[in-house]
Amino acid sequence: MSRIGPTSPIALLIGLIVLVAAVMAGLSGTELALSRYLANAIGQLAAFAVLAISLDLIWGYLGILSLGHGLFFALGGYFIAMYLLKHSFETTGTVPDFLQFMGWKDFPFYWAGFEFFPYALIAAVVATTLIAGVFGYVSFRSRVGGVYFAIITQALVYVAMLLMFRNDTGFGGNNGMTGFTVLLGWPMGTSGMITALAVASLLVLALVLAGCRWLVGSRFGALMLATRDDETRLRTMGYETVRLKLIVWCLSAVIAMLAGMLYVPQVGIINPRVLSPELSLEIAVWVAIGGRGHLVGAVVGALLVNAVKFWLSFAAPDIWPFILSGLIVLVVLVFPNGLMDLAKFKLVRPMGAKRIAADIGEARP
Amino acid sequence: MSLTALLVDGLTVRFGSFRALDDLSLAIDYGEVRAIIGPNGAGKTTLLDVISGITRPKQGRVLFDGATDLTGLSEAAIARAGLRRKFQKPSVFEGLSVRQHIVIGADVGFRARLDAPALEDRVSEVLETVGLVDQSSRLAGELSHGQKQWLEIGMVLASDPKVLMLDEPVAGLTDEETERTAALVRALKRPDRAIVVVEHDMDFVERIADRVTVLHEGRTLFEGSMDKVRADAAVVEVYLGR
Ligand SMILES: Nc1ncnc2c1ncn2[C@@H]1O[C@H](COP(=O)(O)OP(=O)(O)O)[C@@H](O)[C@H]1O
Ligand SMILES: [Mg+2]
Repeated sequence: MSRIGPTSPIALLIGLIVLVAAVMAGLSGTELALSRYLANAIGQLAAFAVLAISLDLIWGYLGILSLGHGLFFALGGYFIAMYLLKHSFETTGTVPDFLQFMGWKDFPFYWAGFEFFPYALIAAVVATTLIAGVFGYVSFRSRVGGVYFAIITQALVYVAMLLMFRNDTGFGGNNGMTGFTVLLGWPMGTSGMITALAVASLLVLALVLAGCRWLVGSRFGALMLATRDDETRLRTMGYETVRLKLIVWCLSAVIAMLAGMLYVPQVGIINPRVLSPELSLEIAVWVAIGGRGHLVGAVVGALLVNAVKFWLSFAAPDIWPFILSGLIVLVVLVFPNGLMDLAKFKLVRPMGAKRIAADIGEARP
Repeated sequence: MSLTALLVDGLTVRFGSFRALDDLSLAIDYGEVRAIIGPNGAGKTTLLDVISGITRPKQGRVLFDGATDLTGLSEAAIARAGLRRKFQKPSVFEGLSVRQHIVIGADVGFRARLDAPALEDRVSEVLETVGLVDQSSRLAGELSHGQKQWLEIGMVLASDPKVLMLDEPVAGLTDEETERTAALVRALKRPDRAIVVVEHDMDFVERIADRVTVLHEGRTLFEGSMDKVRADAAVVEVYLGR
C-alpha cells in the first residue's frame, strides 16, 4: 500500500549491496581482488544482516519479540553442515571427526540423502517450518505474547543447546561439526570459494530485503502492522490473527535458517554455542540499535554492532559484555527507535518509548 | 413487526466471585437504536464483550438472528457474521493511514476480495459519512481524539454490519462533535440493522435512542423510552439522581 521510490533508503541499500557483490565478483582472481580476510568478513556480515531482517520482520512489524532466533539460525547451520560433511565424505573419503570420536562405522540413518544439496535444502525448510509452526501455533493459539513469549523462545533455544551438547545425538555434540572440504563439487577454502560464498550471501541479502519490503508494503503488511498495534481490534474486525502471526513467524524462521546456511560454510564450523542465549539476545540488540520496523535499520544495526564487536575482539575482548549491556540500556532508555532517532534528530520520543515498553513489558491475557 | 437481531438469554459473567452480569436477558430488534445506560461498573462493556466474543459467559447464550449462538464462536467469526463493535477506549491502528483502516474494515481477508473500483467507491462513501475525507492519508496516531472516535466508527461501519455496537462514542468529545455524532448515529439507522449504544450523556441518548435499557449490577433495572426512564423512581435513585 505504500510506494517505494528509487531514492528511498531501502532501494539505495539494495543497490549498494548488489554493487558490492558485482565488484567482488568482477575483481575476483585479479590483482585488485579483496583480501581473503575482508571478503570472508563481508560474507559473514551479510549472513548476520539476513538474520537481523528475519527478527525485524516479526518484532518490528508484528510486535512479537523472539529471544530465540538463534535456534532457526542454528537449524540452517546444522543442515548445511550435514550436507558438507556427507558431500565431502562422498567426494574425498574424509571421515568426519565426530564419527571417529564416537567410534561409529557409519553415518546415523537420518543422514541418508544429505549428500544431495537440494535434499538438504528442502529438509531444512521443512524442518524449520515444522518446528516454528508447532511452537508458534501452540503459543499464538493460547495467546501467549509479549514478555512471556520472549522468555519461552529463550528457553527453547537453551533447551536446544543442551540437547546438541550431547554427543550421542549424531550431530557432532560438544565439538560440533567441522572439516568441510567440498561444496557443490568445488574445494573449500580457496579465494574463489570465499568470494563466491560472500557474493552469494550478499545476493541473498538483497533478495530477502526486496522480498520483505514488498511484503510489508502490501495489504498483508498493513494487516501485520494492525496486529502489532491492536490485535484484539483486528480480530473483532473478522481477521484470523493467529493464522497471520503463524505465517509471518514461519517465514521469519525460514529466513533466519537461510542466514545460518550461508554463515556456517564461511566460518567452517558449527557447534552448540550458536544456540547459546547470548547470540539470540544479540540479534535483538542489532535490530533495536538499527531501529525496528524499517528493515534498513536491522541491516545497519547488524553491521555496526558486529563491526564494533569484531574490532573489540582484538582491542579489548573482555569488555564486550559491558559494551553490549550499555548498548541495551541506551536503546531502552534514550533511543527507543535506535539510530532512527538520531537520523530524525529527535533524541527522545515518548511515543516510541511507550511502544518498546509495551513490547517487552506487556502481555495480554 | 420487528425481527429480533440479538436475544441475550440468562447471561452470567463472573470475575472471581463478583458477578459482572447476573442472569441478564434482553432482546434487541432490527431497525432500532438501543441505548444501554447505567452507572460505572454496571456491566455495559462486559455485555458487549460477551456479544463480540472477547469474554466467555459462565452461563447463558446470545442468539443472533434467532439461530446462531454467538457464545461459542471466535471474535473473528462473530465479526464475519455481521456484528461489529467500537471500543470504549478508541482503538485504532497508530501505524496505519485513515484510508487503510477503512480498506481493511470494508474488505475482510488476507487478500483483497472486492475489485479495486468497488472498494474505492466504498472507501470514499464511508470517509464521506464519518467526515474524514480530508484526513484519508494521515496516520491514525496523528488524529485528534474526536477524529479517532469517528475513524473507529468508520472502520466498523465499512463492512455494512447488521449489528453495530458503539461503546461510549461521545466520551471526551466537544458539544459540537457530540452533535455531529448524534446525527451520524441517526443516519446509520436502517430497517435491517440493529444499533446498540452504550453512553452516559443523557442528552445524547435522548437524541439517538428508540429504547433505553438501564443496567444496574449486571441486571436490567428498567427498559423503555427515555421519557419513562427519566420518570422511573428506581432509575433516578441508582443512576440519574446521583
Ligand atoms: N477482566 C475483568 N476482570 C475483573 N473484573 C472485571 C473485568 N472486566 C470488568 N470487570 C468488572 O466488572 C464490572 C463491570 O465492568 P464493565 O462492564 O466494564 O462496566 P461498565 O458498565 O462501566 O462498562 C466492573 O466492576 C469491573 O471492574
Ligand atoms: Mg464501560
